[in-house]
Amino acid sequence: MTKLDYNTAELVAIMSARFLEDGKIVFGGAGMPLISCILAQKLHAPTLTILFEGGVIGPDIQIGKLPPSTNEQRAARRANMLLSITDILLLQQRGYVDYGFLGGAQIDQYGNLNSSFIGDPDNPKVRLPGTGGANDIASLASKILVAMHHEKKRFVEKVDFITTPGYLQGGTSRKDAGLLAGGIYKVITHLGIFGFEKESKRMCLETLHPGATIEEVEERTGFEMIIPDKIEYTKAPTEKELTILRELDPDKRYTTPKAE
Amino acid sequence: MMKSYEELREVIDKKNRGLRDKVMSLEDAIGLIQDGDHVASGGCHYSKTAMAAVWEMIRQKKRDITYSRSIASTEGDLLLVAGVVKRVVSSWFSPGVTWGVSRVMRHYTQNKIAEFEEWSHMSLGLRYRAGAMGIPFIPARAMMGSDLFPRLSDIKEMECPFTGEKLALIPALNPDVAIIHAQRCDAYGNVQLDGLPFMDKDIALAANKVIVTTERIVSNDQIRRAPDRTAIGFFCVDAVVEVPYGCLPHECYGQYEPAFKHMDYYVKLMMGRGPDGVKEYLDEYVYAPANWNEYIEKIGFKNILDATIEGRGIYND
Repeated sequence: MTKLDYNTAELVAIMSARFLEDGKIVFGGAGMPLISCILAQKLHAPTLTILFEGGVIGPDIQIGKLPPSTNEQRAARRANMLLSITDILLLQQRGYVDYGFLGGAQIDQYGNLNSSFIGDPDNPKVRLPGTGGANDIASLASKILVAMHHEKKRFVEKVDFITTPGYLQGGTSRKDAGLLAGGIYKVITHLGIFGFEKESKRMCLETLHPGATIEEVEERTGFEMIIPDKIEYTKAPTEKELTILRELDPDKRYTTPKAE
Repeated sequence: MMKSYEELREVIDKKNRGLRDKVMSLEDAIGLIQDGDHVASGGCHYSKTAMAAVWEMIRQKKRDITYSRSIASTEGDLLLVAGVVKRVVSSWFSPGVTWGVSRVMRHYTQNKIAEFEEWSHMSLGLRYRAGAMGIPFIPARAMMGSDLFPRLSDIKEMECPFTGEKLALIPALNPDVAIIHAQRCDAYGNVQLDGLPFMDKDIALAANKVIVTTERIVSNDQIRRAPDRTAIGFFCVDAVVEVPYGCLPHECYGQYEPAFKHMDYYVKLMMGRGPDGVKEYLDEYVYAPANWNEYIEKIGFKNILDATIEGRGIYND
């Protein structure tokens, strides 16, 4: 078999899709997360239901007309139900939402995400657009997937601002703060799959993607990543996964790696 | 700053709640907004934005307005650059994910010319809902542990008297004025909405005054044939204005998608030249046209036709 050719964004989209189980409900964001959700539906999870923050439950997205935002009519096409934004976000508080799917400008060793300020929040270098529903999703959905490009400036020791709670300061601090449910489940990057240590809640490597190295992970991480004694590898993307992914995003609008 | 319950009741008490004709011009309707008011817009992001109302607020040179919306898009830029708004209360503020971070939002907030008060999307929704319910707060299980919480002056935490759990108390928001765009509405203010409901219903009930712009004014008989579709009742509405294509260049569900070419043109100008680019845009698209129809003409027939075909297409199987 010849080695398949794929870019880092395609790799992250495929690896993320594998975590979405059939029969579950996922809060899908615009762009790559949505592609991953549809990919999971086409591969192994035909009854996976997608929710959108704009108020959409179970839409039927037209291939080639992927919505650039989750709050517009394209995202609502042939949905099972439309709800107000407040009510759809409240479904998570009731416990109906299995997965949240997030990104962010920065992530730290406890899985906290920042999408508000780069630099000092009182005198920021960059004011970012803000949380949207990310804070609610990470506080309330059962399992949070974070998909990110693995870069040192994004994987930082401490985020400049916790917009979206991961395990806060580690240990039991998340529960102590009043966040009784959920937590960051997996961080998926172009180098590997990362989880969180049971007690300390520090980020740890679970599997390396084919071709990636420990050195590369360490070089691109701004904190001490916990590396297991025995390194396991992720199963490489299959031809089937890549073929369907490319049908979903033929122009690679959402699966082109961003310049570093 | 929260109004007392007595004050809120007094406003409703003074409202003429009769089933009466409230149709007026855009100019007169926006004349109901006072400088210093808190104005909340319905819709979300570039969907169902009360754009005609925003456009007229800019033309009437409103000042010191606090503007709240679930997600603010390009209309937020326009309000900042025109000097109408000093404070934006929202969960997210930029034109759209694919268009990048608003250079205007960055300029105004980073140089402390205006404030962007950030709430999570659900907590902003709960603020309007508490306002709509006539209660001072709603408890929630979000916002806690984040750095958003300590930056906000009017959010609190408490131990639940029943369970002992920690809860965030999300304070009510009762805007002075709600600006809502509808697909259809009768002369009395019975508003029927299609598609995504966003936070419109809660905002209308929470607000002290409600201005409705609508694609079409329909008969009261038409409303009565499907009263289950009425989302906002006549009793809370103060003004009804017929403004076809009243969200452009944003979208209105089932009527038109965004005028994407115009959005691309605007974003290029805004991201390229920042507030100066937007000033030029305001001169050409807001101040120069004699009326809303002239503004629509400037967006262009082809752009509007494309947006309309796509917008109506939501009902195709």
